[in-house]
Amino acid sequence: MTRLPRWADLVLVPLISLALAFAISALVILSIGQNPVEALKVMVTGALGSSYGWGYTLYYATNFIFTGLAVAVAAHAGLFNIGAEGQASLGGLGVALVALALPWPHWGVALPVAMVGAALFGAMWAFIPAILQAKRGSHIVITTIMFNFLAAALLNWLLVNVLRPPGSMDPASARFPESTQLPRLTDMAAAVGIEWGKSTPANISFLIALAACVLVWLLIWRTPLGYEIRAFGRSERAALYAGIRPARIIVIAMMISGGLAGLMAINNVMGEAGRLLLNSAEGAGFIGIAVALMGRNHPVGIVLAALLFGFLYQGGAELALWTSIPRELIVVIQALVILFTGALDNMVRMPLGRLFGAR
Amino acid sequence: MALPGTRGDAAPPAIELRGISKAFGPVQANRDISLVVPPGTIHGIVGENGAGKSTLMSILYGFYRPDAGQILVGGRDAGITDSQSAIRAGIGMVFQHFKLVPNFTVVENVILGAEDGALLAPSVSRARKELRRLAAEYQLEVNPDAVVETLSVGHQQRVEILKALYRQADILILDEPTGVLTPAEADHLFRILKGLRERGKTVILITHKLREIMEITDNVSVMRRGEMVATVPTRETSPEALAELMVGRKVLLRVDKAQAAPGAPVLELAGVRMVDRAGVERLRGIDLAVRGGEILGIAGVSGNGQTQLLDILGGYPEAGAQVSGTARLAGRPLPLDGTDARARRQAGVGNIPEDRQAEGLVMDFSAWENTVLGRHRDAGGALMDHDAIRREAAAKMERFDVRPRDPELAAKNFSGGNQQKIVVAREIESRPVLLLVGQPTRGVDIGAIEFIHRRLIELRDAGAAILLVSVELDEIMALSDRIAVMFDGRIMGERLSGETSAAELGLLMAGASPSGIPPEQGQPDTPDHEPSKGVI
Amino acid sequence: MDYATILQILDSAVRLMTPLLLACLAGLYSERAGVFDIGLEGKMLMAAFSAAATAAVTGSVWLGLVAGVLSAVAMSLIHGLAAITFRGNQLISGVAINFLASGLTMLLGQSWFGLGGRTPSLEGAARFSPVTLPGTEALSGIPVLGPFYAEVVSGHTALVYVAALLVPGTWWLLYRTRFGLRLRAVGENPASVDTAGVSVPRLRWAAVAICGVLTGLAGAYLATGLSAGFVKEMTAGRGYIALAALIFANWRPWRALGATFLFGLMEAVANRYPELDLGFVTIPSMVMSALPYLLTVIILAGFIGRATPPRAGGEPYVKER
Repeated sequence: MTRLPRWADLVLVPLISLALAFAISALVILSIGQNPVEALKVMVTGALGSSYGWGYTLYYATNFIFTGLAVAVAAHAGLFNIGAEGQASLGGLGVALVALALPWPHWGVALPVAMVGAALFGAMWAFIPAILQAKRGSHIVITTIMFNFLAAALLNWLLVNVLRPPGSMDPASARFPESTQLPRLTDMAAAVGIEWGKSTPANISFLIALAACVLVWLLIWRTPLGYEIRAFGRSERAALYAGIRPARIIVIAMMISGGLAGLMAINNVMGEAGRLLLNSAEGAGFIGIAVALMGRNHPVGIVLAALLFGFLYQGGAELALWTSIPRELIVVIQALVILFTGALDNMVRMPLGRLFGAR
Repeated sequence: MALPGTRGDAAPPAIELRGISKAFGPVQANRDISLVVPPGTIHGIVGENGAGKSTLMSILYGFYRPDAGQILVGGRDAGITDSQSAIRAGIGMVFQHFKLVPNFTVVENVILGAEDGALLAPSVSRARKELRRLAAEYQLEVNPDAVVETLSVGHQQRVEILKALYRQADILILDEPTGVLTPAEADHLFRILKGLRERGKTVILITHKLREIMEITDNVSVMRRGEMVATVPTRETSPEALAELMVGRKVLLRVDKAQAAPGAPVLELAGVRMVDRAGVERLRGIDLAVRGGEILGIAGVSGNGQTQLLDILGGYPEAGAQVSGTARLAGRPLPLDGTDARARRQAGVGNIPEDRQAEGLVMDFSAWENTVLGRHRDAGGALMDHDAIRREAAAKMERFDVRPRDPELAAKNFSGGNQQKIVVAREIESRPVLLLVGQPTRGVDIGAIEFIHRRLIELRDAGAAILLVSVELDEIMALSDRIAVMFDGRIMGERLSGETSAAELGLLMAGASPSGIPPEQGQPDTPDHEPSKGVI
Repeated sequence: MDYATILQILDSAVRLMTPLLLACLAGLYSERAGVFDIGLEGKMLMAAFSAAATAAVTGSVWLGLVAGVLSAVAMSLIHGLAAITFRGNQLISGVAINFLASGLTMLLGQSWFGLGGRTPSLEGAARFSPVTLPGTEALSGIPVLGPFYAEVVSGHTALVYVAALLVPGTWWLLYRTRFGLRLRAVGENPASVDTAGVSVPRLRWAAVAICGVLTGLAGAYLATGLSAGFVKEMTAGRGYIALAALIFANWRPWRALGATFLFGLMEAVANRYPELDLGFVTIPSMVMSALPYLLTVIILAGFIGRATPPRAGGEPYVKER
C-alpha cells in the first residue's frame, strides 16, 4: 500500500474521518427534520461559548483523557482493552472505599490515597483478563467485555447490599466527608481573582489528567519498558528475540491501562458526585476507545480528542435542553468516529494513498 | 521447437509461456520469461531463493495475474485469469505451504471447490471411490477419513497431489516439494511422480536441489534473478553446470580469508536434546564445540533442527519445549532450559536470527530504534537517551554502509540487504564472544552478501567464535573453518572445510552417514558425548 | 417447587432462549466464515427498534419483521465493508456498530415517538401471537406430558419455532452442503478456498448477510414477540450473552441450542426468584445475571472444556506474496 507522508497520517486521516462522521451525523439530523447548522451553533455556544460551558466540557474531557490513555497504553502493547468501562467503575469503588474509610482532615491528604485506591482497583480488574491472556491464551477482547458486565453486577450488588447507608433507598454509597471535596477549577480561578466556570464540576483532576498524559508519554516513548511495550505490540517474535517476556508485558501494560481507567474515578466520583453511584462511569470507558483511535494513541492526540468529545458531551446536553434533538446524537457521532478512524481506516487511506502516490 | 525427451511426436507442448513479466511494486519478480514444457515429461525449474520460480508458477496457476505475456496450454491460449480457469485448463498445483483445511478430513479437503452439486453426499461417495482408484494407481495411499492435521507432512502432501488429480489435472506443478520431507518420503514422492509421467501426465518440479533435478527430471530450466537463463535436457548437463547457471558469477562466494587461529573453546554443547510441545524430538543429542577465532558452519536441509538449536542458544526456545543437555560458554555453565534472551546477550552472545523481518527487527520501528533491539536496557537509567542512540545509530549505519543513511526511516522501508546490515551492525558491534548467525544472506543482494561475509570474517579474526547456520552450501563452504552437517536433529559428521567437498557434504545432508548406514538403523557417526575435536 | 412452577419456568426459559439462540446462530455463521462479530448486540437492538417502530406505525407485525431484518442486514453490510472489503479491524467495527445502534435507536425513537426512547405499545396484529401446536388438545388428558406439551412446547410465537428449526437447519447446511463446506473452510484457512478457485470475499459476504438476517429475527422477536414494543437498550447485553453462548458451544449449532437454553433458564430462574434460596445459601439475582459472563470467562480460560475458535477468525484475507 502506498505510504502516506507523516503529516497526512497524523492530521489529514483523522480529520477526514471526523469530517465523514460529522457529515453523516448531519444527515441524521436532517432526517429527523432538524437543522444541522442550528444544532452545531447550539452545541458550540453551549459548550464553548461561556466559561460555564467550558467548565463542563473540561470536566467531561478529564474523564475521556484518562480512559483514552488507558485504551492507548493497551493498544501500544497490541491489546484491545474494551474493559475500561468496568475498570473505571472499579476505580470508583476504590475511591469510595478510601473516602469513606477515614475522617480525612484535608482533600490534599485524601487525594493521593484515593488515587492509589482508584488505580489499584482499576488495575486489579484488568489484571484478571491480562493474566488469562498471558497464561491461558483467553482472548482479551472477550474477557474484558465480560468483565464489564461482571463489574456492573458486582457494583450493583455492593451498592444495594453493602455500601448503601441504612434508611436510604438509592443504590448509592454514603456521601463522602466534606473534607474530601476536591477543589474545583472555579475555586482555583477565584483564588487568583478570576471569575470562571461558576457551578461547574471541572476540578483539579483535569490537571492530574494532563500530568498523566506527560507520564504516559514518558513511559511509552522514553523508558525501556515503553520500548518493550511497543516492540511487543508490533512484533511478538521480535520481542521474544529481544528478551522481552510476553506474559510480563501483557500483564504490566494491562494493569497500567486498568489503573489509568480507574484513575478516572477521582474526577467523576470524588470530584463531582461526592459519592459512588450506580453506573458511575456512564460510558466514558467506551468513549476512551474513540478518543484513543482518534488521537492515534498519542497523549497530545488524546487530549485533543478528549476535548472534542467533552465538547460533544456538553454540546449534546445543551442540544437536548434547547432543541428537540436528543443528546443521544453524540452516541451516534461517537460510533461514526470509531467506525471511520478504527474500522474503515483503509477506506480513507486508500484514496489518499493514490492521491499522494500520483504526485 | 522440440526439446529432446519429448518422445519425438508432434504433440503441442503441455505448457508454453511467452514473454511473462510480473512486478511487485519496485521488485521485478519475472522478466520476459518464455518456457516450453513437452507433454509427458518431468520438467525441473531450478534457481536460488528469490529467483522468481514460485512467482512464475503462481502465475501459471492463475493465483497472480502477469503484467505481460501469454500462457498456452496444449497449444491453445488457455485464458488463465484465475485459479478456477487454471484448474479448468487441467493445471494443478502443490504449494510449498500446503493449502489444506487442517480440521477437515482428507475427503473434505479433496472435494473442496470441486463439489458435484449443492449437496455433499454424492460428492463424498464419488470422491471416496476416486481416491481409492488414484491410491492404487499412483501409490497415493491415505485414509480418506483421517483429519488432515493428524497426518504427517508427507501424507499431507499426498492429499495435495490427490486434490489436483481429483480435479483431473494433466499438468502438476510442485513447488519445493521435498523441503519438508524426510529422504524416505522424498523417494516415495519421486516414485509417485514417475508414475504420473508413465500415465502421460506432465510434471513441473520447482526446487533448488540439484540432486533431485538430476535424479528425476527430463529437462531442466534455470532461473536467475527473475529471468529464464537456460533450458536443457537433463542428461546433457551436470550439477556443476547448473549451479554455475543458477548463481551466475560463481566467484562471488569466494571469500578471502586468512587461516583461522582457533583459541580456547567458547561454546561447548554436550547431549543437547529438545522435544517440542507436540512431543516431537527436534534435537537428538547435539555435541558441538566452537572455538574463539573460528567459524563453525552448520550445513543441512532446512527443518532438520537448525532453527531449534539457534533458538535455544539465543535464549528463546519455542514455548512448551523441553530442553536437556549441557552447555558451557567460555567455560561457565549456560542454562539451556530457561528463556532469557537478555541474560544471553549480557553473557556475550550475539544473534543474527534466521528471519530478520519477523525476529531481528521490529519492522515498524525506525532504524535507530532497531539498533538497540535487545540491548535497549543496556545503558541503564530510567529513561533512554534517544540522542545518544540516534548518534550511535547514524555512526553504525555509516560504518556498515546502510542505505539510505536515514536513522529515522522505518525498518520496513529498507531493502532486504540493508535491513540485514542493520541487524549485522547491531550484533557485531556489540562485540560478542559468540555470534549466532542464521541464514545471514537469505534474500540479500550480491553486494550486501560480500559485505556481510567480510564483516563476519573480521569478527572471527578479532577472536570471536561464530556459529553459522545456512542452507546455502556454497555460503557454508566459503565462510566456515569447520563444517558440521545436521540431519534429523543430529550432527551427521564434521569436516575441515579445506578437506571436504560439496558432494561429501551433500551425502551427509541427505542423511547418509559416511559408513553408509542410515541413521535410523545404525549409530550416528559421532559418538554421543565426544565432540569430534579430533578433526581440528 | 411444584410441577406447575417448573413448567412455568421452563416455558419462560424457552422464550428467553429464543433471541439468544437466533443471535448465537447469527454469530455462528459469521465467525465460522472467519469474520468475528461483537456487534450482535447492536444489530439486534437496531432490528428490535425497526420492527417495533414499523409494527407500531403500520399495525402489521410482519412488516415489522421485514423492517427489522432489513435494518440488521444494513448494519451487517457496514461490518462486511469494514471487515471484508477494507480489511479493517473487525473488533473495532463491532464496537462501532453497537454504539451506532444504541445512538440511532434512541435518537430516532425519541424524535419519532417522543416517548423517551420507547415505541408505542403494540397490540393485536402488531405483535406475534402464540401458536397452538396441533395435538395440544389430544395430549391434554395425559398427566405430566400433557401439561408439558401445552405449557412448554406449544403456545409460543412463530419465531420461537423458527429458531428451533434453525438449529437442525444450520447443522445440515454446515455439514451436509457445499455451501457449508466452503463456509467452514474459509473460516479455517481462506487460502485453501482461494487456491481452489472459490471467491473468499463472496463467501464471507454471504455469511455476514445471513448473520444480519438472523440478528434481525432475534431483534424482531425481542420487540414484537417477547415484549410489546421497543424500550431503549432493550437488548440489555443479550448480544454479548449470545457471543458467550457461541464460545460456550464451541461454534457448533446443537451445542448452541444447549448453551442458549442454559442461559435462558438462568434468566428465567433469576426473574422468578430474585433471591434464590438454596437452603444453605441465598444467591442474589445479580449473581444469576452475572453467571453467563462468569461461565464464559471460565470457558475461555480453558478450565472447563476448551474453546477453539475458527483459525482464520478476525483476520482479513490477503493473498500471500
